[in-house]
Amino acid sequence: MKIGVLRFPGTNCDFDIYEMIKAKNHEPIWLWHQDQFQMTDIDQILVPGGFSYGDYLRCGALAAKSPVMKSTLEFAKKGKPILGICNGFQILCESGLLPGVLLRNKNLKFIDKWVSLKLENSNPYFYTQAHQSKIKLPVAHGEGRYYLPSEELKRVQDQGQIWFSYEEDINGSLNQIAGVMSAEKNVAALMPHPERALWEWMGGADGFSFLADRGSL
Amino acid sequence: MKVAVKILPREVLLDSQGRAVHDNLKNHQFHLNSCRVGKYIVLDLALENKEEALKEAKKMTEFLLINPLIESYQLEVLEESQSFHKN
Repeated sequence: MKIGVLRFPGTNCDFDIYEMIKAKNHEPIWLWHQDQFQMTDIDQILVPGGFSYGDYLRCGALAAKSPVMKSTLEFAKKGKPILGICNGFQILCESGLLPGVLLRNKNLKFIDKWVSLKLENSNPYFYTQAHQSKIKLPVAHGEGRYYLPSEELKRVQDQGQIWFSYEEDINGSLNQIAGVMSAEKNVAALMPHPERALWEWMGGADGFSFLADRGSL
Repeated sequence: MKVAVKILPREVLLDSQGRAVHDNLKNHQFHLNSCRVGKYIVLDLALENKEEALKEAKKMTEFLLINPLIESYQLEVLEESQSFHKN
C-alpha cells in the first residue's frame, strides 16, 4: 500500500510514523501541508502527532483549514481510510471528519505515560487483525480530554463509533474515550501513540498491529 | 473598520484555564465567584459599512475562529476613538 503522511509546520511524529509504515512493508509518501494531492496515488492517509501550527488558536484548527486537508476531505468522502494519532486526532475533529473536540486535560498537566486501553468497537482498516481487546500504548498530550455534547454522544455511541477507551480516567475524557471513528468507519483516530510501541524494546509492541499487513486489505 | 471578536468557553464546559486563574486569585485573598478565560481577536477589515463588516466578521469567526461545540462569541464594531492601547 501507498500511505500518505501529512506534514504541517510543527508535526513531530512524522518520522516515527514513517518507520511504522516501513515496518509493515508499505510505502510512505510525504504530503506537505501546502500541497493538494491526487487520490489515485494513495491508498491510506496517516495524520501524525505533534503541535501543528504551534497549537495556535485551538489545537488542530489551523491545520484543519490547510490546502492538504482539502484533498484529505475529498479522500475521506470517497470512503478511503484515514488514521489520526494525537494531534492528528485533534486535526480530524477540527476538520469535521470526526465528531467532538479535544480539550485541555482536566488536571492541566501534559500527560506522558503508558496507559491501558480497551477496544470498544473494531475498525475495518486499522488494528484489524488484533485479537486482544486490551492493549498498552503510550500517551503524550496536554489536550486530550474528549468532549461531545450529550445528545451527540448518544448518537456516536449508538452507531458504534467509539474505538478505544482508557481503562482509567487519565485526562477527564468523556466516558474515558481515547479514540473514535466516523459513522462510515473509514476515518479513525486515537490520542495514544501506536507508532511508539512497535517493538518490545520500546516498552511494548501493541502498536505494531495498527497498520494492516502488506496485501491483507 | 475594526471588529472585535470576544470568545468564551461555553457555560456547560469545565474551563480548566479559568479554574486555575480562579484558584490563584483566591489563594491571594481576592474574592470572586468564578472566572472564565477566553480570547479577544481584533479583525481589521477593508470595509467601511458597519453591517457589511459585521457580516464578514461573522463569516470569518464561524469559519475558523471558534469551535461551536465549545465556544460562544460576541462581535463588536470598534470606533476610531476606541483604542485598546492607551499611551
